[in-house]
Amino acid sequence: MERQQRTDRPATAPGGQRLSADAVTLAYEQRVIARDLSVEIPDHSFTVIVGPNACGKSTLLRALSRMLKPTEGRVLLDGQAIHSLPAKKVAKTLGLLPQSSIAPDGITVADLVARGRYPHQSLLRQWSPEDEAIVQESMAATGVAELGERYVDELSGGQRQRVWIAMALAQQTPLLLLDEPTTYLDIQHQIDVLDLCAELHETQGRTLVAVLHDLNHAARYATHLIAVRDGEIVAEGPPSEVVTAELVERVFGLRCQVIADPETGTPLVVPAARQARAAGRAKAAAAPEALRKQGARAASAAGAGRGSRPPA
Amino acid sequence: MITRTSKALRAPGGLSVRYQPRATGAVLLLIAVTAAVGIVLIGSGDYPISPAEVVATLMGDGTMAQEFVVQDLRLPRVLVAILVGAALALGGAVFQSISRNPLGSPDVIGFGQGSAVGALTVIVLFHGGQSAVAAGAVVGGLVTGVLIYLLAWKRGVHGFRLVLVGIGAAAMLTAVVHYLITKADLVDATRAVLWMTGSLDGRDWTQFWPLLAMCAVLVPLVLAFGRPLRMLEMGDDSAYALGVRVERVRLTLMCAAVLLVSAATAAAGPIVFVSLSAPQLARRLTRAPGPNLAASACMGAALLLAADWTASNAFGDTELPVGVVTGVVGGVYLLALLVTERKAGRI
Repeated sequence: MERQQRTDRPATAPGGQRLSADAVTLAYEQRVIARDLSVEIPDHSFTVIVGPNACGKSTLLRALSRMLKPTEGRVLLDGQAIHSLPAKKVAKTLGLLPQSSIAPDGITVADLVARGRYPHQSLLRQWSPEDEAIVQESMAATGVAELGERYVDELSGGQRQRVWIAMALAQQTPLLLLDEPTTYLDIQHQIDVLDLCAELHETQGRTLVAVLHDLNHAARYATHLIAVRDGEIVAEGPPSEVVTAELVERVFGLRCQVIADPETGTPLVVPAARQARAAGRAKAAAAPEALRKQGARAASAAGAGRGSRPPA
Repeated sequence: MITRTSKALRAPGGLSVRYQPRATGAVLLLIAVTAAVGIVLIGSGDYPISPAEVVATLMGDGTMAQEFVVQDLRLPRVLVAILVGAALALGGAVFQSISRNPLGSPDVIGFGQGSAVGALTVIVLFHGGQSAVAAGAVVGGLVTGVLIYLLAWKRGVHGFRLVLVGIGAAAMLTAVVHYLITKADLVDATRAVLWMTGSLDGRDWTQFWPLLAMCAVLVPLVLAFGRPLRMLEMGDDSAYALGVRVERVRLTLMCAAVLLVSAATAAAGPIVFVSLSAPQLARRLTRAPGPNLAASACMGAALLLAADWTASNAFGDTELPVGVVTGVVGGVYLLALLVTERKAGRI
């Protein structure tokens, strides 16, 4: 499904979604990542943003989670500009699992998960019975209940990611944004985390938005897919409609076949064999040259973008 | 709560306070130690008084002579030491937590040197009196704080940059200090060097009251910001996601910490290494994650009193300024810290 023009859409359209970006321009200092970008996150969807490295997908997620203030346009949460809302109020509606979280030295799992209750607490209401019940629930939902007394530093990467997700769950937000939740995990833990996300989406009815690297994971787990390239949304919709060989080539510059996943029937991207891709390149000699240049530009942009972030 | 480190106290009406039993125990222990060392310190000197008599005198049951020695000479010095130690340690805990680095403490990143430049400017260029010197120290510390913040700020202050900028600033400010000393005549230079060592000698009620006023405002403020500060330790993004106004919390806390450290320095000179070591020692005592603010403050008070007792009693007839003792002990501690940090791969 191709993206439709919606230039004249009012900011708070009746029946509009809870979270949307309205003609935002996103930039790190002078470097513009995306211009005039509009996107809506369908309520109760498991939306996955995909695209090549440095296409602006993480930047888009940062903007949606109010980490990055758009230089133009607005991100809207329940019809109001997210940057004008009180921080704690937003934190009760929208949660984020950032890429770079630091587990404080010597903290236990239960204590870390408990920190997710912060937006619901105050100086005089530091720990209600409700807080306690929700922390228990969140740990149970992510399968870390029996790790409560363990130190976070002692856990494996997969367990640690579950603990961070538990903390985000304890925040009890109807919207949850995840920035590359499967990075640095091995395949079994990647699937584990994605299963957990799917479960949260299905059983708790939360709206999930994730940035994922793996297109096949995205196609299998997403209910709504947003494909981004060079700061523009190329396509969005259900994976079965969005993921086509033509689109993958357009977004990722990769020749491939798209077949039905033998397990789930969702689209499965199978890259074309090396010889076939080489033959394809020979045919269109000029195009790949341009593509390579673009790739190099994007890569250097990515380097600059990461440099200013705290280390993971 | 069911966790190992925290419990909750609840009152009817939905009020609840979360506390960590071990950390609370540590705070109580440190307060007791501080009180005990304080009483011993009041009792020791050219006119020795037994601890029981010190307590009696403090309660108002002493002889005239004891009254005079305790109330006018030694009590203010001990109280100044307690406040200076607590203020330095609390400032250190805040900065170490914000920079997520034990080396990001005010005495390493140039605030002590900044205060020294302020104080020495007053001594050398204006030949000012004691209170003018104190004011100069506060102004010097504040200006240094603003400069370091501006230099280290790049879409938020990040730990490592703060430490590096601070160490650079400390080096430059040290150069300014030396320049000022070479400019000074003999009397001023002696005064300057004496001030620079950091000493509690001859501190009386005139140092105590302004310091108490600062602490009365700033300590509760810092403690109230302890919860968001704890969230900040997980990284700016995580804290932001939890609804912490990251920059506002950080700026408020840094201002408060700089004021605390400057006020302490104004009262007693640049006493080094208390703000570096007290939060680290407190953390080892409480075994709790987070900035451990209250425990750090109590640890600072206890440490400085103990150092002061050592300085005045452990070297026979020579009474050393307290800054010498904290310098020696703290220097050894800094080296040990560098070694462990290096082993842990953090530097």
